[in-house]
Amino acid sequence: MFAYVIRRLLYAVPILIGVNLLTFALFFVVNTPDDMARLQLGAKRVTPEAIERWKVEHGYDRPMLFNARAEGAEKLTDTIYFQHSAAMFAFEFGNSDDGRNIGNEIRTRMWPSLAIALPVFVIGLMVNISFALLMVFFRATYLDVWGVVLCVVLMSISGLFYIIAGQYFIAKLWNLLPISGFAGGIDGLKFILLPVVVGIVGGIGSGARWYRTIFLEEIGKDYVRTARAKGLSEVRVLFRHVLKNGMIPILTGAVVVLPLLFMGSLITESFFGIPGLGSYTIDAIQAQDFSIVRAMVFLGSFLYIVGLILTDISYSWVDPRVRLQ
Amino acid sequence: MNFQPVILWTDALIFLLLAGVLALAWVIRRQEHLCAPWRSVAQRPMAMGAAMVLVVFVVIGLLDSLHYRPKLEDSPPEKPQYAVEVLSAFDAFVEPLRSRTEKTYSAPLAIQLYAKEFVERDGVTVREYPRLLYGGAHLADAGAHRADLVQRTSTGVLHGLLASVTLVLALGLWQARRRRMSLAAWFASAWRGQVGWPVRTVVAVLASALVMAGILLQLAPAYHVFGTDKVGQDVLYITLKSIRTGLVIGTLTTLVTLPLAIGLGIAAGYFRGWVDDVIQYIYTVLNSIPGVLLIAAAVLIVQVYIESNPELFDTAAARADIRLLALCLIMGVTSWTGLARLLRGESLKLRTLDYVEAARAFGVSHSRIIRRHIFPNVFHLVLIAVVLDFSGLVLAEAVLSYVGVGVDPSMYSWGNMINGARLELAREPVVWWQLGAAFIFMFTLVLAANLFADGVRDAFDPRGGGRR
Repeated sequence: MFAYVIRRLLYAVPILIGVNLLTFALFFVVNTPDDMARLQLGAKRVTPEAIERWKVEHGYDRPMLFNARAEGAEKLTDTIYFQHSAAMFAFEFGNSDDGRNIGNEIRTRMWPSLAIALPVFVIGLMVNISFALLMVFFRATYLDVWGVVLCVVLMSISGLFYIIAGQYFIAKLWNLLPISGFAGGIDGLKFILLPVVVGIVGGIGSGARWYRTIFLEEIGKDYVRTARAKGLSEVRVLFRHVLKNGMIPILTGAVVVLPLLFMGSLITESFFGIPGLGSYTIDAIQAQDFSIVRAMVFLGSFLYIVGLILTDISYSWVDPRVRLQ
Repeated sequence: MNFQPVILWTDALIFLLLAGVLALAWVIRRQEHLCAPWRSVAQRPMAMGAAMVLVVFVVIGLLDSLHYRPKLEDSPPEKPQYAVEVLSAFDAFVEPLRSRTEKTYSAPLAIQLYAKEFVERDGVTVREYPRLLYGGAHLADAGAHRADLVQRTSTGVLHGLLASVTLVLALGLWQARRRRMSLAAWFASAWRGQVGWPVRTVVAVLASALVMAGILLQLAPAYHVFGTDKVGQDVLYITLKSIRTGLVIGTLTTLVTLPLAIGLGIAAGYFRGWVDDVIQYIYTVLNSIPGVLLIAAAVLIVQVYIESNPELFDTAAARADIRLLALCLIMGVTSWTGLARLLRGESLKLRTLDYVEAARAFGVSHSRIIRRHIFPNVFHLVLIAVVLDFSGLVLAEAVLSYVGVGVDPSMYSWGNMINGARLELAREPVVWWQLGAAFIFMFTLVLAANLFADGVRDAFDPRGGGRR
C-alpha cells in the first residue's frame, strides 16, 4: 500500500511538469511579456520605455529559458521560466499585478470557498442519492418516467438561471436571506445558506439521473436476484444490497473532485460576493492578471492529481476485491 | 449586384459540416445495418418531437449564416461601396425587427416606454410615459391596446391552426396513397398510434410550432413581442440571432474534438506500448488543468493576438467571428479527452477479437484494420458523445461569456444577454424580459437537444445508458 502510494506520487511528477511547461508556453511563449505589458498599460501610453519599465517592475525582463549573461547556476535560475514557472513547484506564486502576494491570498481565500463548496458537495450527494433511490424504487412506473423527465428539464436550465432566480425570489422578493455578502463564524450562516441551496438544486438534475443509471445497472446483477429469492423485501434489497454496492462507483467518482472543492465555484462565488478562490480567479481573468491565472491553473492541476491518487486509494478501501500493486 | 457576399470562417465551416452530415446520411441510407438504429430513434416520440424543434433552430441558424454586406445607396454604380455592417439572410427576412429601435427599455408588447420622461404637451412640460416609436404606433388611442392584442393573437392562433390542418391533411393524403389505404383508415390507425412512427407527437409539435409562428407573425410587425433592451433594440431579434451563436459553439467544437479524440483514442488502444503511454500522458495533463482556466488562458491570448493584429480583420463581424472560432477551437482542444479515453478502452477490447487477429494474420495493414474493423465498431460511441456534448456546450457558452472569456461582447449570444440583463433585476419595476427571452430560447434548445440525445443513446447503446 505504502509503496503503491509512493509510486503514484512519482507518476504525478511528470504530469505536473507537463502542466507547468504547458502553462509556461501559453503565458510566455505564445504571448510574450511585451504583449502582456501592452495589454496592461492600455492603448494610450504604450511607448517602448513604458513596456520596459513594466517588465522590470514585474520581473519579466529576464531571458526565457537561458541567461547567457549570468554566472554559474544563475545561467538557468535567473530566467523567466525558473523565477515564474518553476517556482510554483515550491508553491511560490509570487505577486499579482497589484502587488499582493498570491500565496497569502490563496491561504486566506480558500476557507470561504470551502464553506460553500463542502456543504453543496456533501448535502448534494445525499439529496441526489435519495432521489435516485426513490426513482429506482418506483422503476418502470410513471413516477420513474416523470422523475427522469424532470431531471432532464432541470439539467437543461443554465446554472446562471438557478442563481439569478434564487437571488431574485428568495432574497429580493421574499426578503428571506441577504442577496450577497460574506461574514466569518456563525454570522456567515445566513450568507452561506442561499448559495448552498442554489448549488444543490442546480446539481440535482444531472446527479440524480446519473446515480439512477448506476443503481439500475446494479439492480440487474445476480446477487440482487439471490437476495430477492431468499425472500428479502424490496426495501431491504434496495438499502442493504443495491445501495452499498452502488456507492462504490459513486464515492470513488466523488473523491476525485474532493480536493478541487478548495478552488470553489467561479460563478456562484462571483454572483454571491463570496471572497473565495473562485471569485479571485474570475476577478483575475477580468482584470487580465496573468500571474494569478497561472497560479490558479497550477493549483487546480495539483489538486486534481491529488484527487486521482485519492481515488485509487479509496477504491481499495471501499472494495476489498481491488488490490493495489 | 446589390450586395457583396461575405463568407466568415464559421459560415464556411458550418456549411462544410452540413455537407458532411448530408453525405453521412446518404451513406447510412444505403446500408441496412446502419439504418436500423436510426429507425428506432424515429419511433421514439420524445426524440422525434425534440428533433423537430431542433430542425426549426437549425434552419434559423443556417439562414443566419449566409452573410452579406449591402451596397451603400449613394455609392456610384461603376465603383460600388458596401456597408461595413455585415448582415445575414435571416436579417433580410426580419428587417423590421432589426431596424425598429426604440429609445430604451420597454416591456413586452408595450406601447409606452419603461421610464417616465418630460414631454412637451400644449406648451406645458409634463412627466409621463412617452409612446413608443414603433411598438403599437398604429394605434391612435391607447385604450384600443388590449383589444388589438386579443384580436391579433386570435388571428395568429387561427392562422396557425389552419396551416397545421392543411399540413396534416397533406401528410395524410401522401401517407394514405403510399400505403394504398383510404384517408380515413390512415387517420384512424394514426390516431391509435399504429403507423410505425409517432405521428401524434409530430403533429402536436408541428401544430404548436405553427400556432406560435402564427401569433408571432401577427404581433411582431406591430409590437416588440419580448420588449426592447437598454438601447431600444428588439429583444426577440437579439434572442433569435443568438441561436446561431449557440449552434456554432455546439457543433463546431465537436468538429475540433472528433479528429483528436478518434485519432488519438484509437491509436492509443490499438497500438498500445509507447504510443499509448504518450497519448495517455497528453490527455492526463490536459485533463488535470481546470477546463474554465485553460479556456480563459487561451481566450486571453487570442484577445491579445487580435488586438495586436487589427489589420487582419476588415469588419467588426470578422473580428467577433474569429474570436468565436477560437473559442470553439479551444473548447474542442480541452474537451476531447473524455471521448478519447472511451475509444481507447473500446479499441483495447476490439483489437483482441478474432476478426481483427485474422485480419492481422492475413497481413492487412494497420491503417486498413483501423479503418475497416475498429472505427466502424466504435462509431456509435462517437455519435452518442457528439449528441450528448452538444447541450453541455451551449450551456457552457453562457457561463464563459459571464466570466468574460466567451464570445465577443458585440456578438449576439444568450450568455451576453444574461450578462447584460442580470443587474437590471435590481431596478424598480423589474426589467425581466431579456432574461425571460434568453431563458425560454436557451431552455428550449437545450431541452430538445437533451431529449434527442437520450433517444439516440438508447437506440445506439446496446447496454442502455451505462455512461452518464
